[in-house]
Amino acid sequence: MSDSQIVVETASHAEVHNPALQHQFAEPQQQRDAASLGMWIFLATEVMFFGGLFCAYLIYRTWYFSDFAAASTSINAALGGANTAVLICSSLTVVLAIWAAQTSRRSLMLLMLVLTMLFGCAFLGIKGVEYHDKFVEHHVPGASFSFEHEEIPGHPGQYANPHHAEIFFALYFIMTGLHALHMIVGLGIFTWLLWMAWKRRFTPEYYTPLEIGGLYWHFVDIIWIYLFPLLYLIDRHK
Amino acid sequence: MAGNVDALYIFLLIVSGLMTLLIFTTVIYFAARYRHRQGVPAEQIEGSNKLEITWTTIPFLVFIAIFFWSATIYFKARTPPRDSTEVYVVAKQWMWKIEHAEGQREINELHVPVGRDVKLILTSQDVIHSFFVPAFRMKQDVLPGRYTIAWFRATKPGTYHLFCSQYCGTQHSGMIGNVVVMEPAQYEAWMSGGSSGPLSATGEKIFAELGCATCHRTDTQGRGPNLQGVFGRPVMLDDGRTVIADENYVRESILDPGAKVVQGFKPVMPTFQGLVSEEQLNALIAYVKSLSNAGSAGSKTAAAAPQSAPAKAAGERTQVE
Amino acid sequence: MATAIAQPVERTNYLNNEYGVKSWLLTTDHKRIALLYLISITFFFFIGGFFALLIRLELLTPAGDLVQADTYNKLFTMHGMVMIFFFLIPSIPAVLGNFLVPMMIGAKDLAFPRINLLSWYLYIIGAAIMLHCILTGGVDTGWTFYTPFSTEYTNTKIIEAGLGIFIAGFSSILTGLNFVVTIHRMRCPGMTWSRLPLFIWAHYATSIIQILGTPVIAITLLLVVAERALHLGIFDPKLGGDPLLFQHLFWFYSHPAVYIMILPSMGVVSEIIACFARKRIFGYSFVAFSSIAIAVFGFLVWAHHMFVAGISVYAALVFSLLSYAVAVPSAVKVFNWTATLYKGSIHYDAPMLYAFGFLGLFTIGGLTGLFLASLGVDIHVHDTYFVVAHFHYIMVGGALMGYLGGMHFWWPKISGRLYPEGWARLAALIVFIGFNLTFFPQFILGYLGMPRRFYDYSHMPEFQILNVFSTAGATILGVGYLLPMIYFLWSMRYGKPAPDNPWNAAGLEWKTASPPPTFNFDEEPVVTWEAYNYDEIDTGHKQEVEVVG
Repeated sequence: MSDSQIVVETASHAEVHNPALQHQFAEPQQQRDAASLGMWIFLATEVMFFGGLFCAYLIYRTWYFSDFAAASTSINAALGGANTAVLICSSLTVVLAIWAAQTSRRSLMLLMLVLTMLFGCAFLGIKGVEYHDKFVEHHVPGASFSFEHEEIPGHPGQYANPHHAEIFFALYFIMTGLHALHMIVGLGIFTWLLWMAWKRRFTPEYYTPLEIGGLYWHFVDIIWIYLFPLLYLIDRHK
Repeated sequence: MAGNVDALYIFLLIVSGLMTLLIFTTVIYFAARYRHRQGVPAEQIEGSNKLEITWTTIPFLVFIAIFFWSATIYFKARTPPRDSTEVYVVAKQWMWKIEHAEGQREINELHVPVGRDVKLILTSQDVIHSFFVPAFRMKQDVLPGRYTIAWFRATKPGTYHLFCSQYCGTQHSGMIGNVVVMEPAQYEAWMSGGSSGPLSATGEKIFAELGCATCHRTDTQGRGPNLQGVFGRPVMLDDGRTVIADENYVRESILDPGAKVVQGFKPVMPTFQGLVSEEQLNALIAYVKSLSNAGSAGSKTAAAAPQSAPAKAAGERTQVE
Repeated sequence: MATAIAQPVERTNYLNNEYGVKSWLLTTDHKRIALLYLISITFFFFIGGFFALLIRLELLTPAGDLVQADTYNKLFTMHGMVMIFFFLIPSIPAVLGNFLVPMMIGAKDLAFPRINLLSWYLYIIGAAIMLHCILTGGVDTGWTFYTPFSTEYTNTKIIEAGLGIFIAGFSSILTGLNFVVTIHRMRCPGMTWSRLPLFIWAHYATSIIQILGTPVIAITLLLVVAERALHLGIFDPKLGGDPLLFQHLFWFYSHPAVYIMILPSMGVVSEIIACFARKRIFGYSFVAFSSIAIAVFGFLVWAHHMFVAGISVYAALVFSLLSYAVAVPSAVKVFNWTATLYKGSIHYDAPMLYAFGFLGLFTIGGLTGLFLASLGVDIHVHDTYFVVAHFHYIMVGGALMGYLGGMHFWWPKISGRLYPEGWARLAALIVFIGFNLTFFPQFILGYLGMPRRFYDYSHMPEFQILNVFSTAGATILGVGYLLPMIYFLWSMRYGKPAPDNPWNAAGLEWKTASPPPTFNFDEEPVVTWEAYNYDEIDTGHKQEVEVVG
């Protein structure tokens, strides 16, 4: 910049100009805090975003419980459960990656990042299988939707209302679909984090992108932990 | 009721007017009185907790008073009196189809006798509309898929505008009608002038045509509950809940029978969604009502649980031209 | 008359430190981004205003004779959507907020400058989609796009409009996020929370709403689009859905949205009144916390838009009571601003005229809100022109007046030029008169029963005279808005160069050059004084600050 102003460093900690320190911040701690707060606020917006869907879901589930139970029985809880385990493991690997960065364990950090992404891909793969199953069974809402003669769990001889079941599936696809979209974005973020880690950008003093990327990943994990029982486990004991 | 609304409105006007005057005059006075003068600096005043508390509490108390007054009016407006004359209204883009219980049909016109409580049972065939009669200070949105209820008692004969006040498409502003309030004698004359018989009779016919009587027999042998005396009374469902058999309940039972199954019966009733029109539904409901004793039903609005005091307590409506 | 007055001293500032389209389109300087927004939202203000003009022209006569019914329905829809999503919601935060928030707290920029630029691009993308939608047929559902009309019955371009608003919504969210982090983490030494200008408090509260509310309209739009494309049944009663669910989801955002539109304006008014009465705002803490209270309570009252929609009586009672609660903090602000004038030393410059206008018009608008919160009265006036008048008093008489006042107040800082004061005062007067003539008759029209969104009122010719007044007022109002556009542009070339602090105002933004250097301050400020220290500014010494009673 050819400005005539002199940017004065604040009185304390006139650190060597850290290349990672952005110009609007006075010191690295401030930048870290800002990044962290920013990510938490972003996650709050995500909670509200999914919240609207959860709200609609809870209302219709209350009204059409038996139809929702019937629809829920038709989605694969084993696959859903496997996905839950996969995501929980991936959150563990994220935490380990951050620990590795904090303790200068570069290879471990890289390994954990790769594992996280592999778990993420596994999740999406399993999801793909599920969606395919639904497509084949004509449970995808739209013109070819069909849900005739599906029994309500615990009430043999009683059949679910297809319209209400379609609402379940609509919400199922929108909720898990949006979640999957967030996973894909997460994979993109972690690709970038992996690249940064490979380029030795992270040190015990600076690993902020890992931290906030990790926050995002945990959030996506938590959303799934709510989705799984709500969608997959209605009245399974019947 | 309209009189009450106007009274509250005027009260609000007065309160608002006074407050506006207060603020305007104070601001103008201060602006002039404390106009910048050479050598006279402003006085820095931090604030005054006392003032803050005062001008927070007093408005709040005024608001609470307005709230209570207003809520009373609203409650009455949403609670039709027992023994109201019932009229079914089906809104569609872009007209009002009106059907009296006695069978008269009208399009965009509603004839009522002066001094009679009239309860409207409203539904829409398509999008959301709203039944608005400014002269009666009355408005109720009309929804597809369920009934909403409104009521009024006209106190002066005359012809009054009926508007649709919920935007509903191209001819939203053309969905205009009249409420014609007549002297009792004139009304009787109008009533006798041609109808296809009471709505409940039409409903009885449909009941037979659609085969409802096969299961809903008047003895205990039917696969469906006996409908005598059901309307307006509590019904025990198979999941333990108890609901009141009102218009929305009967409608739901016809269109989505599995939603609420009466205790002791199996969920075998087929749905009639797509097989009955709104008018036919109205007729069927009128018929089911007629099966309850005491003639016109003590029908309740969907939400009002505590029994309203007899409607005579509700204020008279004055008409504002 | 004027030959261009050359910039006297060619100081480097944010406007001239770099030239060229790329330096603007790839800038991360919050001040340049503010100007990018200024141009964009002004463009959309013209579009929305043009639609308003056509609406008022149509309503001059009872018959629908200017445009066809479908066209009229599109006009009021697009007027609403454009004005709300592409003008009002960004306006003060994206222009004045972006420009001033870092400066007022002594920072070099916002916390996330690149996200700030992204916000603008998201706005532009959403706006471009909306513009395309308008030019290729538009939407006719009303800006509230109630279902099932919007999902099953209209054949206008809902998906496109929804997409445009969806994307623009992210602009709003990111701006809010940026402001909150900035205010928390970037305050210079000595800038404690209780020394923050009320403009900052107002933007903080606004940002909370943007962050928490906007995602809900986003998901609502998504659901509407999905329902429309796939006939899902979420809002369609024939398929088991509930149209009222849509209304709840819609208003859960759209009510707090109105507070997004008014709170920043209240912040501007606080700054202006303090400066032109030369004293600190009376009851600073109360005004600051009332902004937060409005933001919080604003989330609790949404169903007051649904009193006759078919909600239960009990729900209506709860929402009515809460709506009265949310009115209290606004009233408290008006009282505090009025009390600030007491024993002030008042100047009548154009910004102050706008602030006075705000006080009067916001009071009326707010009081008429009480009518609407009042259940019994709302039955009568809901969905009539009474509501239209109420919200225009707040949005135009309140928010827009605040925006214009703020633009005048900070114009010297932003542009380095002074605007012509005489013309500005005239414009303020014209706006005030035009506004009242346009919208006051609409209260009466509403009470008489004229419903909203009516294109033809030939059955009620008695409504014409009031409509004529309203249209006449709208023309005058239009002139009042054109004037500032003209003289602001004029001033950029011919206006007198502005000193650093033409108003002798308090606030860190006035302690740097007009226009400011790119990084705002030559040295990081260290604050040792209280906000609005007009005693020190005017008399050179601290006055004993009085606590009355």
